[in-house]
Amino acid sequence: MKTSYNAMELMITIASRNLEDGAMVVVGTGVPCAAAMLAQLTKSPNLTIMFEAGGIAPLLPTMPISVGDSRTTHKGLKATSMAEIMELCQAGVVDYCFLGGAQIDKYGNLNSTMIGEDYQKPTTRFPGSGGANDLASLCWRTLVVTPQNKKRFANKVDFITTPGFIKGGTSRVEAGLPKDTGPYKVITDIGVYGYHPKTKEMMLLSLHPGKTLEDVKENAEFEILIPDNFETTVEPTADELKILREKVDPSGVIIGRGE
Amino acid sequence: MVSKHTLDTSEHKHENQKPLTNYKEMENYKSNKGIGDLFTPPNADEMRAFFRAKNKQMKSKLSTIPEAIEAHLHDGDYIAIGGFGGVRIPTALIHQIIKSNKKNLGFAGHVSTHDCQLLSAGKCFDRCDAAYIVGLEARGLSKNARRMFESGKVKVTEWSNGALSWRFKAAAMGLPYLPSRVMLGTDTFKHSAAIEIECPFTNQKLAALPALYPDVALLHVHRADIYGNCQIDGILVADDDIAKASKRVIVTTEKIISNEEIRREPGKTVIPYWCVDAVIEMPYGSYPGNMPGEYFSDEEHLKEWLRVEKDIDELEKFLYKNIYSCTDFYEYIEKNGGMNKIKELIQAEHLY
Repeated sequence: MKTSYNAMELMITIASRNLEDGAMVVVGTGVPCAAAMLAQLTKSPNLTIMFEAGGIAPLLPTMPISVGDSRTTHKGLKATSMAEIMELCQAGVVDYCFLGGAQIDKYGNLNSTMIGEDYQKPTTRFPGSGGANDLASLCWRTLVVTPQNKKRFANKVDFITTPGFIKGGTSRVEAGLPKDTGPYKVITDIGVYGYHPKTKEMMLLSLHPGKTLEDVKENAEFEILIPDNFETTVEPTADELKILREKVDPSGVIIGRGE
Repeated sequence: MVSKHTLDTSEHKHENQKPLTNYKEMENYKSNKGIGDLFTPPNADEMRAFFRAKNKQMKSKLSTIPEAIEAHLHDGDYIAIGGFGGVRIPTALIHQIIKSNKKNLGFAGHVSTHDCQLLSAGKCFDRCDAAYIVGLEARGLSKNARRMFESGKVKVTEWSNGALSWRFKAAAMGLPYLPSRVMLGTDTFKHSAAIEIECPFTNQKLAALPALYPDVALLHVHRADIYGNCQIDGILVADDDIAKASKRVIVTTEKIISNEEIRREPGKTVIPYWCVDAVIEMPYGSYPGNMPGEYFSDEEHLKEWLRVEKDIDELEKFLYKNIYSCTDFYEYIEKNGGMNKIKELIQAEHLY
């Protein structure tokens, strides 16, 4: 067993540690799903994994390809509708949502809709919100996992698909979104970020081993707050890596992208 | 078929009695109302009258795919497709829409993945309520669907998946709208046709989501009787609400079962006969999609779709082979591996 690890393995492992036992989480395919599976197989056996299409609490045999495919209900507790999943989130039952990579700004607003000036004739059209806007509006805490570079960490996103802290401060609540909800952490290949309690600007929480503050700064268009005290990320353990490689993603579909 | 319901209602302006004098106020005013087009009017009374007049006799709705599309789906209609993009989608019906050259359709992009790819390949639509379009989830983006949406020829109004689900639900409930707590504060809201309202009880801000009444619903289910009573295994996505919200409903089913079998377990009927206008038995009708409990998605074929789309000429040849030249859906399956392929997909579904 190789105890060194790649960026993807590191991000999935850190993400998994944020999902405590007994929590409820809605995940997408790819990295979020891998992190939830890893959490379930390590410290959080009673993590309830949910999918926006209607799958609740499956015992995932393999990684789903679609958030609605039959893996998402394999030995599950309930198969329902998308409306019911979103209603559970709106009712305050769901702790976390876990969103994948996108363009992100310093307040955690995400763009997955378009690049360009003219909405009706975009330079590049992306899928749009899917369930991301709903989940990030309604779940208590939003986790984002994304590789970090200047293009993705943008000063201004072309389109706010999914709400973060909007314009910072109290603007999220003022917009009408449920109070005490919002972005929680951003996990990248460089570090882990949270948000300033008052201004709601992105702030460094921990730096990955081997990464520097220069890496943090050079890979973001906006200024990331650097507090006096930040931690060094605890590396993936041999156990975590073994389970991730052998049980979560044995064919290397996701972790292979980190090579 | 663009809605008569004008977005810039004078009514709304009258509510805000004082004139909007400065730019800042104007901006705030605008942000409380999505600027997107409302393609279908949320007129609950009109729809009550429609559903009252609809024939609710329990008679056989058995049909064929060409007949059903011909009878119930017309150029300019607004359609809603059941399932979840590549899961339990009515592929055979969508192929027929393309073959019969239907144009200027509107559609609900409620996790529209392979279905969006198909409708784009046939250039069938000119307007779309978009919550999830042009992508095939983890598989990648459809180059050709992007061409369609980047051309400027498609009118798009933005939503979230939850918002579209609740728009169907509002229609199914017979209400003109449902309040919700999504989309607020974002550009998704700005380009939607939602309106910010204040809760009359708690004064909190809410997004009013207008009911969505499609002209035609296209659904694929596990089992149905000849009258249109339908059973679905696994996730429902939004099929129950879509069936109740739509003026006309066309259902393909893996299997026709007897009415006695339906009556044995009435709790399993998710779509009742009175919603349904046509029933067609179409085994493997969701191929290359995943039919929960029956067969998994054909990932190789979906990859091929994404690959050929990079080149327009190659896509045209591919469409001719797989859609236009096929006499029926079985021929399409036959050309892509036939029953041997289906057997593999059944085994994949059951994790053999």
